[in-house]
Amino acid sequence: MQFMLLFSRQGKLRLQKWYVPLSDKERKKISRDLVQTILARKPKMCSFLEWRDLKIVYKRYASLYFCCAVEDQDNELITLEIIHRYVELLDKYFGSVCELDIIFNFEKAYFILDEFLLGGEAQETSKKNVLKAIEQADLLQEVSQTPKIFT
Amino acid sequence: MSDVVEKTLTALPSLLSLDSQPGSAKLSSTSKLGNLIRGITELTSKHEEEKLIQRELASIKEQVSSPNTSMRQMKELMVRAIYCESLGYEASFSYIHAIKLAQQGTVLEKRVGYLAVSLFLNESHELLLLLVNTVLKDLQSTNLIEVCMALTVVSQMFPKDMIPAILPLVEEKLNHPKEIIRRKAVLALYKFYLIAPNQVQHIHNKFRKALCDKDPGVMTASLHIYLQMIQENPEGYKDLTASFVTILKQVVGGKLPMDFNYHSVPAPWLQIQLLRILSLLGKNDQSTSEIMYEVLDESLRRAEMNHNITYAILYECVKCIYTIHPKSDLLEKAAKCIGNFVLSPKINLKYLGLKALTYVVQQDPKLALQHQMTIIECLDHPDLIIKRETLELLFRITNAQNVTVIVEKMLEFLHSNTDDYTTIDLVGKVAELAEKYAPGNEWFIETMNTVFSVGGDMMQPDIPNSFLKLLSEGFDTVEEDRKLRLFAVDSYVSLLQGEPGKLPQRFLQVISWVLGEYSHLREELEPATVMRLLAKLLDMKQTSSETKSWVLLAMTKLVRAGQVFQSAQEVSETYGSSMDTVLRQRAQELQHLSQDCELRARVLPQDAGLEPLEVDSSLSFLDGFVSEALAAGAAPYKPPHQRQEELAQAKALSLEPYGLSLPISMSSCSIADRQSPTLLSMSSGLSGDSTDLSHKGSSTTLKLDGVKRVWGREGYLAQREAVEEAAQVEVPSPLRSPSQQAEADSSHSQTPTPTPTPEPDQEKQQLASSLFFGLSSQSSVCLMGKSEPTPQRFRRKAKGQASSSGAAEQISNSLVSAPSAVDNFLCNNLLDSNITSQVGISSSEQTSELSQGPATTNGTCDTEAESTDGDIKGSNPSLIIGDNGLVAADPTPHKDPGSPKDFCLSSHLPAELSELCRSEITPLCSNQSLGLSACHVHKEDSLVLVVFITNSSDAAIRQILLDLDSEQLQVSCVSDSPVEDVTSHSVAMHQFSLTVKRPSVHVEVVGMVSYQLPVGTPQEVQFSYKLPLTSFIRPLTVSTEEYGTMWLSFSHDTKQNLTLISDGEEPLTATLNVLKEKLQLHIVEIIGMEGIIACQLLRDQPCLMHCRVHADVLAVWLRSPVPDLPDCLIYHCQRALQEH
Repeated sequence: MQFMLLFSRQGKLRLQKWYVPLSDKERKKISRDLVQTILARKPKMCSFLEWRDLKIVYKRYASLYFCCAVEDQDNELITLEIIHRYVELLDKYFGSVCELDIIFNFEKAYFILDEFLLGGEAQETSKKNVLKAIEQADLLQEVSQTPKIFT
Repeated sequence: MSDVVEKTLTALPSLLSLDSQPGSAKLSSTSKLGNLIRGITELTSKHEEEKLIQRELASIKEQVSSPNTSMRQMKELMVRAIYCESLGYEASFSYIHAIKLAQQGTVLEKRVGYLAVSLFLNESHELLLLLVNTVLKDLQSTNLIEVCMALTVVSQMFPKDMIPAILPLVEEKLNHPKEIIRRKAVLALYKFYLIAPNQVQHIHNKFRKALCDKDPGVMTASLHIYLQMIQENPEGYKDLTASFVTILKQVVGGKLPMDFNYHSVPAPWLQIQLLRILSLLGKNDQSTSEIMYEVLDESLRRAEMNHNITYAILYECVKCIYTIHPKSDLLEKAAKCIGNFVLSPKINLKYLGLKALTYVVQQDPKLALQHQMTIIECLDHPDLIIKRETLELLFRITNAQNVTVIVEKMLEFLHSNTDDYTTIDLVGKVAELAEKYAPGNEWFIETMNTVFSVGGDMMQPDIPNSFLKLLSEGFDTVEEDRKLRLFAVDSYVSLLQGEPGKLPQRFLQVISWVLGEYSHLREELEPATVMRLLAKLLDMKQTSSETKSWVLLAMTKLVRAGQVFQSAQEVSETYGSSMDTVLRQRAQELQHLSQDCELRARVLPQDAGLEPLEVDSSLSFLDGFVSEALAAGAAPYKPPHQRQEELAQAKALSLEPYGLSLPISMSSCSIADRQSPTLLSMSSGLSGDSTDLSHKGSSTTLKLDGVKRVWGREGYLAQREAVEEAAQVEVPSPLRSPSQQAEADSSHSQTPTPTPTPEPDQEKQQLASSLFFGLSSQSSVCLMGKSEPTPQRFRRKAKGQASSSGAAEQISNSLVSAPSAVDNFLCNNLLDSNITSQVGISSSEQTSELSQGPATTNGTCDTEAESTDGDIKGSNPSLIIGDNGLVAADPTPHKDPGSPKDFCLSSHLPAELSELCRSEITPLCSNQSLGLSACHVHKEDSLVLVVFITNSSDAAIRQILLDLDSEQLQVSCVSDSPVEDVTSHSVAMHQFSLTVKRPSVHVEVVGMVSYQLPVGTPQEVQFSYKLPLTSFIRPLTVSTEEYGTMWLSFSHDTKQNLTLISDGEEPLTATLNVLKEKLQLHIVEIIGMEGIIACQLLRDQPCLMHCRVHADVLAVWLRSPVPDLPDCLIYHCQRALQEH
């Protein structure tokens, strides 16, 4: 996978993860172009796009668009399921996730993504294991924030 | 403040309910970030937002740089900085603090620090170097979470050069007791493999261990690496096929823990990865494919549930089944699957169905026929993506019967399309189809007109090039060619009479060229009319100066009619003083040639398109001039980088600040002063004394007159013969000395004259064989328009296809005259002195350099060679599919070397070759009548590829034509008159000499043999032959001093650590000896812990190697003037040491 973007119906970028080295300018141009192209598409249309030499796979969940760029020979359907699994993970972690969860806790959304995809490849597809890893780290947070309870 | 909070909360009731949910993270509703976000959502204008963020950033900046800020506060600040950046505002001041946070924070703060780093910086950012130490420390931490974070950031982005620093620690993690660490370590290595494959070469066996890991997650991760490696070299991993099949069987059979299920499908990601690997392994390999038939069948059977994820697996399965060696019942099932996809009401599946159809249609055209109604429906689908994919499918099944309809559909799409990328792609495809299957002249020209107008200036430049080439070289009978040209002229005249302002520049260039060249064919068309139309183009303000020079050239050709002299003079006066040098030159040409018709007839002969032009790329005709210049005291030629280096060395001492920019003789004098003794010795014996330096220094202009302009900004001037004469006639120099005149004249007599090519017979054969191929018994599927060279109406003549070098050097006279000409007429006044001095003093050294790379030095040659390559590929797409008897042969097969066949063939080797070291004789391909085998023989100064053609039938095989081509190699036929006929049960042999054009770790020759049996139609068989680069490496015997000079002048280098061999002997010597033995290197000298080695790649492409022992590794530094050569050589060194 080359990159993943999350953006709202209004075209506001909520999350972006780049797995290929690109300059800031290129990133901005790509995301602007893509957001525009995808928002212009109608709901019943195909979830796949050929864009430059990449394949774009996107899906809308409520007010958020999830969009991944993969290489031409990659499997589009499994990419769609990667998006879906990520949404499931967010949902489980936040408990019925909504856009605001991601806006206010975007760093958590990044942590979950990093635990799920590493360097652009799915590293752990088990929901339980991903969340376990995140919760372990979160637990440390509790400990460090409220050390008195334990003393 | 509090009412802001309240407002937001009431507006967003879902937020409140979240807090009570278990496991949910608390929303930081009171945090500063929360305030910031809320503040922004309330704003109405972009301007207000900008003000707010700038304020925010200012406050963050102040706080991060304050020494009193705790790491915990820093973490919070960093999150806010990330937020601001994600809105598109720059917060670069915080980058360094992000690194600090990752370095100094506790685990949690570190996590945010690493996240910020990975979001802020990219791989090439310099600050990343500061992170290396932190990563090193965390990799060694006992805290699992810290190790995880370090591994995550490493596989996210890490500077290539710093990989060696952390590699051992990451490798170590492969043995970590925790599977999560092992998994991340494997993925980190995968990432390293992608960005620097050389670095992880030595841990290949550790990958095997990861593949056998007891944790399925680690095993899955290792498959990413395997997929990549198998993609690059499928031959190397065939032995793993059975293991992959077993794994897939277990997965499909549900043997994995439930954790790996996704919507009750067992480990779909793993399944898909395995299927992709299997398809790579089974491609073109029957025995390997047979191992996997069963599990593929099982996968198809199991994937029955109606869910996206099962479709994903099915799709991959189908692709695999169609890629590997075919099996009929699997194909049948796969075809049914594709049918289900295509007919599905779900649009995503329909799209994939079309995509799969596109993929398989070359093998199974019937499948497309079955679904033709669906395909027609998809053509009018409202979703452009579906339409586009349908066109792609149609493109693959185009043939002479359906071409008009399909091209019409494609053009229709093009007119409504707005995306540049698609336009470029589609325009290329239309042009390809038009050239291949055009039903008539009119249609062809009109279609190309649309292509040029729609494709505009974005399209690939080879489209207009090949179109012009086709027009000029012709394709059919003389009469047909004439009709086509006439039609083009008519069509363009009417276009110019319309609104030429709307036409793209490229199209205008094509039009001008055609009108210049062929408007005389239309007799009733007055040259004055054409002239007027062209002049109109010059007056339009949107016409680019490049187009204008095309127009001027066309006018130059038109003046041969004579009547348009007046307007030509006017135009040349207008542009004779243009600021654009090319344009100015064209105007000068126009002026001079319009006055002298005899000269014009020689420079721009009518209908010269068919005459191939021989190019003496070694510039041998200049030898005399060069020696004279050297004798007269000119400095020998030195390549630019050498001059620069010398200049750099001399800088400290130089008292002449303008040394290099002085006119030629002065600079030659100053350079000579700075030369090291070794350099003088390199500069051939021709450099005589320079007694009359002072005299020469004052008369640079005199010198210039003798200089023939053969090398210009745009490359080598192919047309120099004619132009030179023009230059001499038009610009006679009173200053030229008699001896120079004589020298110039003698160089003319040396210039090779165009000779007719000895190929017409072969050409006809080739044409015939491709014309009748469709009727041969082999091709039962004649719908496969693209996969066989069906009769092409506008098939370009196969000129120069016999050898790629020939194609590169033959340039159609008239084509060159158009775009790449240079300012011959301007050499007296406009030349920049640097260029002149280079040409003037070019020694034989430069000449040899030129002869090495004619393709790269001449722009026009280059494109031509490329388009020829394209031709070959285009007409044999089965190279890609790998069917039709295409067999990839490995030069080092694991066969018994003493096999009887090898022995029997080797007896056919000529005596002078049989003594030499050679590879085994490898079978390439065979059928009932004929078999092909090959081996390569290492000669001292060349590599000879010997191809044996064995006639195993009872009849003689005639008209054998063997055609080889390679992307990386230069192939030339050794024998003067290749054997064409082989009698029954005998063997014929062809020899080819190979040299490397472009180094690559493995090089490959693809070839095609066409032949004729006594009965039946001509046949063709394709094959490929792979050989390692090492076959081309020879020792280079140089002295240490020579080595020193060479080392400085080479510009491409690579550094790498190698393992030392220590079996008894002194390690450095032992290692170098192994390299010497296995790779044929020459050890120049070993001094203490250092060694220098030299070798050359055939022919004359040196590579130097410097080795130094560091602790227990060998630090190697390679340098060469050839790009990629050091990298390839280091790869083979590693291999050689590994195998030892």
